[in-house]
Amino acid sequence: MSTVYNLKREVEKPVRLTGGHRLCAGCGAGVVVAGVLRALNKEDRAVVVNATSCLQVSTFMYPYTAYMDSYIHSAFENSAATCSGVEAAYNALKRRGKVEGTVKFITFAGDGGTYDIGFQSLSGAMERDHDMVYVCYDNEAYMNTGIQRSSSTPRFARTTTTPVGSVGQGKKQNKKDLTEILVAHHIPYIAQTAPIGNFRDLHSKSYKAIYTEGPCFLNVLSPCPRGWDYPMARLAEIIKLAVDTCVWPLYEVEAGVWRLTYIPKKKLPVEDFLRPQGRFRHMFQKGNEWMIEETQAYVDQKWERLLEYTGA
Amino acid sequence: MSHRLSGNEAVAYAMKQINPDVIGAFPITPSTEIPEYFAQYVANGEVNTEYVAVESEHSSMSVCIAAQAAGARSVCATSSCGLALMYELLYVAASCRLPITLACVNRALSGPININHDYSDSMGGRDAGWIQIYAENNQEAYDNFIMAMPIGETPSIRLPVMTCMDGFVTSHAVENIELLETDVVRRFIGEYNPEHYLLKKENPLAVGPYDVSPYYMEHKVLQAEAMKAAKARILEVAAEFEKISGRCYGLFEEYRMEDAQLALVLMGSTAGTAKAAVDKLRENGVKAGLVKMRVFRPFPGEELARVLAGTRAVAVMDKSEGFSANGGPLFAETRSALYDLKERPYLIDIVYGLGGRDVKVEDIEKVFSRLANIALTGEIGPLYTHMGQRSKEEMA
Repeated sequence: MSTVYNLKREVEKPVRLTGGHRLCAGCGAGVVVAGVLRALNKEDRAVVVNATSCLQVSTFMYPYTAYMDSYIHSAFENSAATCSGVEAAYNALKRRGKVEGTVKFITFAGDGGTYDIGFQSLSGAMERDHDMVYVCYDNEAYMNTGIQRSSSTPRFARTTTTPVGSVGQGKKQNKKDLTEILVAHHIPYIAQTAPIGNFRDLHSKSYKAIYTEGPCFLNVLSPCPRGWDYPMARLAEIIKLAVDTCVWPLYEVEAGVWRLTYIPKKKLPVEDFLRPQGRFRHMFQKGNEWMIEETQAYVDQKWERLLEYTGA
Repeated sequence: MSHRLSGNEAVAYAMKQINPDVIGAFPITPSTEIPEYFAQYVANGEVNTEYVAVESEHSSMSVCIAAQAAGARSVCATSSCGLALMYELLYVAASCRLPITLACVNRALSGPININHDYSDSMGGRDAGWIQIYAENNQEAYDNFIMAMPIGETPSIRLPVMTCMDGFVTSHAVENIELLETDVVRRFIGEYNPEHYLLKKENPLAVGPYDVSPYYMEHKVLQAEAMKAAKARILEVAAEFEKISGRCYGLFEEYRMEDAQLALVLMGSTAGTAKAAVDKLRENGVKAGLVKMRVFRPFPGEELARVLAGTRAVAVMDKSEGFSANGGPLFAETRSALYDLKERPYLIDIVYGLGGRDVKVEDIEKVFSRLANIALTGEIGPLYTHMGQRSKEEMA
């Protein structure tokens, strides 16, 4: 990679995720996947691994694949183990002179396939030190099955299994902090990112993850217009608001060193992120001000802690 | 060369001779010794297999699926709940047409937890699309594992193969065994060179699509056709294997069946006990015989019907319950196979040996004496019974 990032040059590379896939307009997943794969050096091959997800059913519906590289999907909860199997095969065949060239291994899974059902498989693969990248495209619920809560769903969010009613007020629990759990695996590189602005943050973290030897993990915020209930044209704006309110801080942990990669010029109130999304609509009803206050306090506390960890 | 090995060591030794590309390894009694022995071969530099010590059986099958799709020959071993944890992926492996080889050391399924032998684990996976081959003893466990790859990897078949042996009875008992020379095994197995694989440079491959109604059924029919074709291939490989080993295998073994009037159909190590009972009865002039099923998937229904056509009464012995309320899985297959015969023998099912309960020569003799009575009176009595279970009074 050239030291100076240039979006124009990057998007002129041949695409690895082609258009014509069936993801919704205004969905973050396609943007995230195309952005991560763009970080591959042109001459390198990749094997893309995918957990069962919106992404899987939308990008590889028989007989069409949207990937220019080899691709494998096996099940919902085993994408990390699947990636480790491909990497193991590569090592074995390389040793026996049966495969040539550099091949990179990149897994994509949603938050359900990562935070919940695929968590054991992910933890195991990271511990085993496979040379692979695991990318969670985090849309904060089971969207493929129709918007059910996951352990990544934030507090108060409305989903079909955490509905709002006369007693229920959306999800009761806070979002699991998966990125920090991955940090506790002491793998070479962990980052939290999102496709904002000219995609520099997503690109440089993807490049580092792909070209750092050993297991690397990216947690990428990936809004869902159906589940989050926002007009599809506002995708980029919603992501930017998540970052500028510090709901989704951008940071990385490289060889154990924490570093913030983006500090908002002006930290916006959390309401700015919540208001455009239907899943949080009930929080703005009269008498529910406490929900916004508690959300703000939670975000502030986590942000302060992150500032402390990163020495920012 | 003659050796003394346990069933587990025999299978691990076959794996060493094969030197597969990838193994997905996870411990579970009684198959644990297989990855243990193999780890030592890796540590000694006797193989250069990629040893992936996963965190569950689910992941070991996931690793095997991915590695095989990537172009590698992959193997694993498991038992009981470990196989049950793989069930979802057994279907994925078969539908992706990946000829993985799995050594299943049969053990009862929980619950209650029990570590001893029956077939509830592999019978639970019988409809997953895997070829299943069962061994009576250590020699067969070794031989079946070596025959698995030439069967499964055949381009017209491309199905995963599960070679099964009885937990503890076969896996842990040490027996005399004839091993082949490693170079003979390697020549017999050959190189694994699939036409399409993930790591192939020239032509990227996508595996595991979302398959919609206009295509799914065609894919399932292709799988079904491959399973049908596997029967002939299993026999071809057996014939080739006989040339290098002198040992002869079929879809099942017929023991003293030529003129048999009373017969048993069963699997695995119980066959040894049953052969002793048959011999004893034959000495007393009873025309007893035995069919030991070797290949359960594909099920050799027509061949079995031909062999049983001349008998008067048959007992199927099922070493797994099945909970169909209509007899065990081997019984269901056998009864279905006999339907097309013009004259059918009387048929009963005996479920026995669950959770490792022992079966003796006398127990088998009792089954034959019941068959003799059925043949004489034409009254079969209860269709399906459990052998040797104690009454409430005995249990108290």
